[in-house]
Amino acid sequence: MRISPKPVQSFRDDFTYTNSREAISRFPFPFVEDEYRYSVNIEPHAMSGPDGSVFEKFLDIDEHYLSEMAERAIVLKENPARCLSMKHMDLACWDMIERVMSALSADYPEHFSLTKQGDNWHWHNKLLDIQEDFVFGDSSTLPMSPLEYIGRQVQGDFAILDQRNADLFMDAGIVTCPADWSLAFDAGMSFSEWHGPVPMAREEGIFERALKYLTAIQVGRPVRRLNWTLTINARMDTSPETYPSWGNERTSVTPENVAEKVHLRVEVQVLDRMPRSNALMFSIRTYLISLEDLVTNPQWAKRMHRAMKTLPAPLVEYKGLTRFHPMVVEYLSQFDPVN
Amino acid sequence: MSTDQIKVRVAAVAQVAPMIREFTLTAVTGSLYPFSPGSHVVVEMPGEQKIYRNAYSLLSDSHDASAYRIAVRLQDNSRGGSVFMHQQVKEGDELLISPPANLFIPQWNAQKHILLAAGVGITPFMSYLPEMQRRQADFELHYLFRSKQTGAYQLELAEQLGQRFFSYDSDQAQRCNISELLADRPLGTHIYICGPEGLIKDVQSVAEQLGWPDSVIHFEEFAAPKPGKPFTVELKSTGKTVQVGESESLLEALEEAEVAVPNLCRGGVCGQCATPVAEGEIEHRDNYLSVDEKARQDCVMPCVSRAHSDRLVLDI
Repeated sequence: MRISPKPVQSFRDDFTYTNSREAISRFPFPFVEDEYRYSVNIEPHAMSGPDGSVFEKFLDIDEHYLSEMAERAIVLKENPARCLSMKHMDLACWDMIERVMSALSADYPEHFSLTKQGDNWHWHNKLLDIQEDFVFGDSSTLPMSPLEYIGRQVQGDFAILDQRNADLFMDAGIVTCPADWSLAFDAGMSFSEWHGPVPMAREEGIFERALKYLTAIQVGRPVRRLNWTLTINARMDTSPETYPSWGNERTSVTPENVAEKVHLRVEVQVLDRMPRSNALMFSIRTYLISLEDLVTNPQWAKRMHRAMKTLPAPLVEYKGLTRFHPMVVEYLSQFDPVN
Repeated sequence: MSTDQIKVRVAAVAQVAPMIREFTLTAVTGSLYPFSPGSHVVVEMPGEQKIYRNAYSLLSDSHDASAYRIAVRLQDNSRGGSVFMHQQVKEGDELLISPPANLFIPQWNAQKHILLAAGVGITPFMSYLPEMQRRQADFELHYLFRSKQTGAYQLELAEQLGQRFFSYDSDQAQRCNISELLADRPLGTHIYICGPEGLIKDVQSVAEQLGWPDSVIHFEEFAAPKPGKPFTVELKSTGKTVQVGESESLLEALEEAEVAVPNLCRGGVCGQCATPVAEGEIEHRDNYLSVDEKARQDCVMPCVSRAHSDRLVLDI
């Protein structure tokens, strides 16, 4: 890790979350063109990525590690159903344990270590001060379900997708920082079912192509894509389950506070084939940056303006930006005088 | 090859039926990937005339990835691969294989599993069985073979599975009645077939009559690409032309001409080798493209499909 974890900051109530200068510089800015359009924007998640970037390691552990793990613990306490796993997904969850522990211990040996003697594994998470001896594959040797155990120790949401009949099914996951979707609602759904609310893409044939691509992902060949939305305040948990506590915040944006309140929320989504179960591990790692931090990069400020200005109306609506989108465009226009 | 190949050593060779040889493969360096039941690997065989590449199911217990085992039937009209495996490959030899991929995984949410194997088609089920037993799944294995040629592992399977094992040796005039096999099954029953195209079609037609949905019928046919009339293929970008002979696939001809095409199953299922077509009439033989996609005539799966026209222009 290039940046050591900071002490715990909050993603709710007093919102003490901040990005350091280095965190700003490595923010995964998602807009590659002035005009934002849907595309099957998938690329190999090849290791090692550019030095210091969020793509350098398979799983990015950054300065927000302790804060995000504390936030996850709060969400799970409020609503344990944010972590679900169907019975047939047990092996896939162990696949995830193997993948995450192997990656973290290899990439961040100063923080994580894993030692194996056959199926007897020892795991040490120095950041959270967790030590565990367990038998790989035997869920009774962990203090909680394998998915919850590992999910509480790694940044980002995880959905484990079962693959059958050339389709993918949302049969397990730990989801505490979603961009307005619910694991409990989507549980058991097929790929096209859980994408039901997405506008425009179906007509464009994007899902059909994406599904064929995803079901063909091979072991050892993970891929990634970026997704984005705008979030009011540095709130990680924007889920339908907690809508009453954040939905109204969209009315709190004013021309005076827009730069501080509105955050670009970027998800680095990685899809990785699990070898033992043939499931797909879908990780959604969320990064938040306030507009005022974002515009410290003049190229980003200019492009963000153009992408927001040309965003099609159905997408403005789907992403829940309707109420404050004009204020965002107006604020960003000062950084893009020719447009 | 489109994936990072693994170098393996042939640790053991065993004759497991009159026409079937089993090969145990271990990693030359490092360790092998864990794998899921129903996985296959593509084995590369450096023949004298050309390089053969065939997909073979892993038949070992997926719980133990210290070695992979595959079984190869000597084909009556071998295109070269099975002859190479039977005659050339000896203990201690090294081979290149692809990482495991899976296009035939058990549906763990099924209430009951009926496994139907014909001949060397027993191989994927050999990796299903230990995991099904561990999960205490409800299953039956129906095994069709000709004991003068195939029938590998039948004795150990009979002993291990007892009442759940049904064998049909056609050399002893034993036949499997598909209609009886499928009749009166409870809802939530899934059937898996690994065997020749004819058997798969028979099961599909009986299942359709009985009102089974397609989603509970799973099959794997690792038949070699069927021959067809020769044709010429041209690459639009460079104008390079390649002749495709009667008994080789378009993919093999391209590989021979050092045109790299990503691929995985080499059987028209996985979709990795999809290649855009600019001109010519395609003879689609794959199970990957939809009916609409096939009708568009703008994409070909070169591992199995060919050309109706004398010339096919690939948009690569």
